[in-house]
Amino acid sequence: MSELDLRRASSVDEALTIMRDEGRTPIAGATDLYVAAQFGTLVPRKLLDIWKLKELRTIGTAADGQTLVIGALSTYTDLMQSAVVQDRLPMLVTAARLVGGVQIQNRGTIGGNIVNGSPAGDTLPVFAAADAVVVLRSLRGERRVPFNEFYAGYRKTVIKPDELLIAVETPSIDGIQAFRKVGTRAAQAISKIAMAAVRDPKRPRIAFGSLAATVVRVPKTEAALASGNSIDEAAAVLEAEINPIDDVRSTAVYRKRVAVNLLRWFWKETAPA
Amino acid sequence: MKAIGKSVSRKDGIGKATGGAKYADDITFPGMIHGRTIRSTIPCGRVKSIKYDFDTTGFTICDYRDVPSKNIVDLIEKDQPFLVETEVKHMAEPIVLLAHEDKEKLHAAKVIIEYEEETPVFDPEKSTLSFKDIDIIKGDVAKALASADVIVEGTYRTGHQEHVYIETNGLIAVPEEGGYALYGSLQCPFYVIKALRCLMGSAHPNIRVIQTETGGGFGGKEEYPSMIAGHALMLAHKSGRPVKIIYDRVEDMIATTKRHPAIVKHRTGLKKDGTLVAMDIEVILDGGAYVTLTPTVLSRGCIHAAGPYRCDNVRIRGHGMFTNTPPNGAFRGFGAPQTEFAVEVHMERIAEQLKLDPVELRRKNALRAGDLTATGQTLREDTSALMVLDEAVRRTDFSRKRKEYKGTNRAIGLALFFHGAGFTGAGERNLKSKARIDLTETGVRIAVGSTEIGQGTRTMHAQIVTEALGIPYETVEVAQPDTSRVADSGPTVASRTCMVVGKILEECAEEMKEKLGGMSPADYFKKNGPLSIERMYEPPDWIIWDDKTYLGDAYATYGWGCDVIELELDPYTFEVKPIKMTAVQEFGRPIHPALARGQIEGGTAQGLGYALLENVVMRNGVMANAQLTNYVIPTTLDMPELDIVMMENPYPGGPFGAKGLGELPMDGPGPAVVNALRQLGCDVREIPATPEHIASCPKMNGSYA
Ligand SMILES: Cc1cc2nc3c(=O)[nH]c(=O)nc-3n(C[C@H](O)[C@H](O)[C@H](O)COP(=O)(O)OP(=O)(O)OC[C@H]3O[C@@H](n4cnc5c(N)ncnc54)[C@H](O)[C@@H]3O)c2cc1C
Repeated sequence: MSELDLRRASSVDEALTIMRDEGRTPIAGATDLYVAAQFGTLVPRKLLDIWKLKELRTIGTAADGQTLVIGALSTYTDLMQSAVVQDRLPMLVTAARLVGGVQIQNRGTIGGNIVNGSPAGDTLPVFAAADAVVVLRSLRGERRVPFNEFYAGYRKTVIKPDELLIAVETPSIDGIQAFRKVGTRAAQAISKIAMAAVRDPKRPRIAFGSLAATVVRVPKTEAALASGNSIDEAAAVLEAEINPIDDVRSTAVYRKRVAVNLLRWFWKETAPA
Repeated sequence: MKAIGKSVSRKDGIGKATGGAKYADDITFPGMIHGRTIRSTIPCGRVKSIKYDFDTTGFTICDYRDVPSKNIVDLIEKDQPFLVETEVKHMAEPIVLLAHEDKEKLHAAKVIIEYEEETPVFDPEKSTLSFKDIDIIKGDVAKALASADVIVEGTYRTGHQEHVYIETNGLIAVPEEGGYALYGSLQCPFYVIKALRCLMGSAHPNIRVIQTETGGGFGGKEEYPSMIAGHALMLAHKSGRPVKIIYDRVEDMIATTKRHPAIVKHRTGLKKDGTLVAMDIEVILDGGAYVTLTPTVLSRGCIHAAGPYRCDNVRIRGHGMFTNTPPNGAFRGFGAPQTEFAVEVHMERIAEQLKLDPVELRRKNALRAGDLTATGQTLREDTSALMVLDEAVRRTDFSRKRKEYKGTNRAIGLALFFHGAGFTGAGERNLKSKARIDLTETGVRIAVGSTEIGQGTRTMHAQIVTEALGIPYETVEVAQPDTSRVADSGPTVASRTCMVVGKILEECAEEMKEKLGGMSPADYFKKNGPLSIERMYEPPDWIIWDDKTYLGDAYATYGWGCDVIELELDPYTFEVKPIKMTAVQEFGRPIHPALARGQIEGGTAQGLGYALLENVVMRNGVMANAQLTNYVIPTTLDMPELDIVMMENPYPGGPFGAKGLGELPMDGPGPAVVNALRQLGCDVREIPATPEHIASCPKMNGSYA
C-alpha cells in the first residue's frame, strides 16, 4: 500500500458532510483496516480519519439514568477503566481485557469492532446478550437499530455508506453477567468461540461469537432456561439449535461441544447460592 | 583474559538494540528493482500455457529458458528445478519470475497459467516413491520379540511445523565488477554458492555470497535461500540491475520449508520387570515433492528413534516419502523431535501397561557410559541420561506430585531425551571444515562462514578465541560472512557451530599464540605485518561409521535432557495451560551462560508450540492458515514458569568441554506435555495436541465437566 487518500475531520458534523459529499470511509483506530490493507482486501482508498472526534469517546448514562451510552470511539482501555461500565456491564470489561494485547486495547474501538462485523469480534456477543441498540447518524438524521438486527450476513451490516456509528446504548441489566473467550492461544488470539450470557431470572440471554456467519443469540435455549428446564435439557436444546462452522481455526464438532460446555459452566458458576 | 563461562556482552548487541543492524530489506543499491515469484496453483500436473496479461514494458521476465547453465538447485540430489519447465510437483512451485522498479506495478501484474491437472499424492503412507530408506539392525529383533514377556505396540504422529523466524526470507543479487554479489538472510552461505555455481555454470565464476544480519533461521534458512538467491540472480543477470526479492509472511509460509510430518510405529518387547529386550521401529517421513534434505533428516530421526535407552535387539526402518507438497526441510532437531516424541510417549504407555513407575522404567533402561546405542556405538564418560533424569525428578518432586494430582485437572509429565551434536557419522570428516583467524592492527579477526542468526555465534566464537589467545575480548572482531573472504567452516546447522567450528578456532588461536611468542597481536602486526592461521577440523580418530549398514559412532557426543511439565486441562474447553516447565539439560559446558539459557528457553517455547498450538492446516497440498493470525506460536502468556538447569559433563573433543546445544531443547516438550495429558485420561498419540484433538480423544467424550 503506497498511497492513501486521507482526510481528517474535526467534528461529527464535518465528518458527516465529508462522508456524504466525498464518499469517504471512516477509520477509527485502524487496527482492522490496516490489516485489510496489508492483505490487499481493502477496497476503498479514500479514507476519513475520525480518531480525534472527542464527542464520540464519552461513556455515561442517558437522561433516564438507566441506559448506558458508550461512544463509538471508546477504546478497550477506556472500557476497562470506566467505573460505570464496570458497574453496569462487567461482561464488556471482561471481553475488553481479552482483546489482542495492550497496543490493540489502546487503539481499537467498539465502533470499529461492531462495524467491521467479523463474527469473531469479541464485543459482539456482549452487545447481543445485552439487547443493545446502536445509534447511527447521517446528515439525513439519526436512527436507532437494535443490535440483534444490525447484521445482515457475514460481515454485512445495515449501516449506510454516509452513516457513522455514534454510540451503543445498553438498557440496565438484571442478573449476573458472564463472558468467556476461547481463543487460539492465551493472548493475541482470535476467538474460536466466545459466549456472553446474562442470568436474568425472567429472561436469561445467551449469545455466541465465532459460531456462525454472524454473532448469534439462541432463543430456543434461552426459552428452555427461562421455563425452568434443567441444564441438561437446556444443553440438549442448545446442541440441536446451533450449527457451527468449520474453518482453519477450529472444527464444527469442537465448537458445538464447547458451546454446550460453556453454557453448563455459566449455569453452574452463576447458580443461586 | 578469562571469557569462557561468562555472559559477556554480545558482539551484535548494540546494533540490534539500537536498530542500527541492517537486514536484507533495509539494504538498497543504486538502480535496484524488485523481484516477484509466480507460483503454481495446482499440486500436480503440467503447465500448458503461460500468458502475460499486463503491459510488460519495463518488466524483466524470466522463465526456465533463461537459466544460464543448469536448472537445478544443487543439494544432496539434483532433482529440484529453480523454475518449473513443464511438470508441476507441488503448490506454490516457482514458474515465472518478474521484476520491476515499482512494487505496486509488480504486484498488480497478472500472469495466467493454464495447467493439465493430475492426481496428487498427499498421504506419505500411500506414496509409492521413497527418497531414502534406512535399515538399522542390532541383534535379532524377531527372536527377542518371540521370547519377550510383554509386547507393547503403538503408532505416533507429528505434524508440520513452520519456523516463524521473525525476519522473512530475503535476498538481493547485485551485478559487480566481473561477477555478482548476493546479499541475504541465510544460514549457509557456502550452500548458496554451490547452488549458484550450478545455475550459472563456468562462464560466471565470480560469484560471492554475503550474509546480512539475519532475523532467525531455526533451519528454515538452511536450504531454501539457495532457491531465492538463484531467482534474484537470474533476474539480475537478465536485467543487469540489482534485484531484491523479499517474501512477505504469507509467501514465506506457503512456499518455504517446514518440519517433516512423521508417522512412527513401535513394537517393543519387554521383560515383566520393564527391561527392554526388543525394539522394532518404523519411521515414515513426509518429504514433500523433492529430495532436498529428507535423507539426512530421516537419518538423524532414525538414529534417535530408540530414545536414550539400551536394548540389545533393535531394528529401525526409515522411509522418506514423496508427496505433492512443498518440500519439507531442516528444522531445529532435524528429525529427532519427531522420533523422540514417539519413543517417549511409547515408554509412558509401556509404564502404564506394565504398571511400572515411569521414572523407574526409564532409570532401568537409560543409556549409561559403556552401553551400546542402536547403531552399536559405545558411549563414553560424557553420557548423562541418569544424571539429568535424577535431577529433574528430584527438583520437581515428581513422584509425590504425580500421586497428589490424581483425580484433579492438573498433571505432571516427563520426557528423557538426547541429541547427537554435529554432522552424522562420517559427515564431519567429509565436510573438512576450515576456520581462520587473521591478525589486525588492533587484535584479531575471526573469518568463518558460520552465521549469526540470533543464537550468538559471533559472541561465542570471540569468547573461545579470547580465552585461547589470552587477549581482551574487545580486540577480537568477527568478519561478516562473505564467501570470497572467509574460510568455509561448513553450514550453521546440526548444533555444530560451537562444538566443531569453535574447536577449530580454539586450535587456530593456540597456534597463533605460539607464533606471537608472547607479543600482543598489535605489536606483532606492527613488527611483522599480517598473519593468518587457517586450520581444518579433525574429528576424533576413534569415530568409525559405515554409511551402508548405518552402524558405528553416529555422533562424537550427545547432549542429554529431561523435561518435566506441570499443566492444567480446562474441563470445559480442553485448553491446556502449562504451569511450570523444568528443563534439565547437559551439553558439556556453557561457554556463555546467558546465551545458553536463551537457547533452552527459546527451544522449550518452540517445543511447547509444537506440542500444543502450532497446527499447519494443509488443504489441497498447501498451507491454508498461512498468516500469523491463524498459525499461532506461543506468546509470553502461553509460557509456563521456567526452571532451567544447566548441568556439566565436559566433552574432551569440544572447545573447553562444550558440546552442541541448539537443537537439544526442542526434543523434550512434545512428549513431556503428552505424557502429562495421559495422566488426565487423555490418550493422545499425536501433536499438536490442540483442544480440538484432545476433545476427540477416547475418554474425553460426553461432557467432561
Ligand atoms: C493484533 C491484533 C489483535 C486483535 N485482537 C482482537 C481481539 O482479540 N478481539 C477482537 O474482537 N478484535 C481484535 N482485533 C481486531 C480489531 O482490533 C478490533 O476489531 C477493533 O475493535 C477495531 O477497531 P478500530 O477502531 O481499530 O477499527 P478500524 O480499523 O478503524 O475500522 C474497522 C471498520 O469499521 C469502520 N468504522 C470504524 N468506526 C466507525 C464508526 N464510528 N462508524 C462507522 N464505521 C466505522 C471502518 O470504516 C472499518 O470498516 C485485533 C486486531 C489486531 C491487529
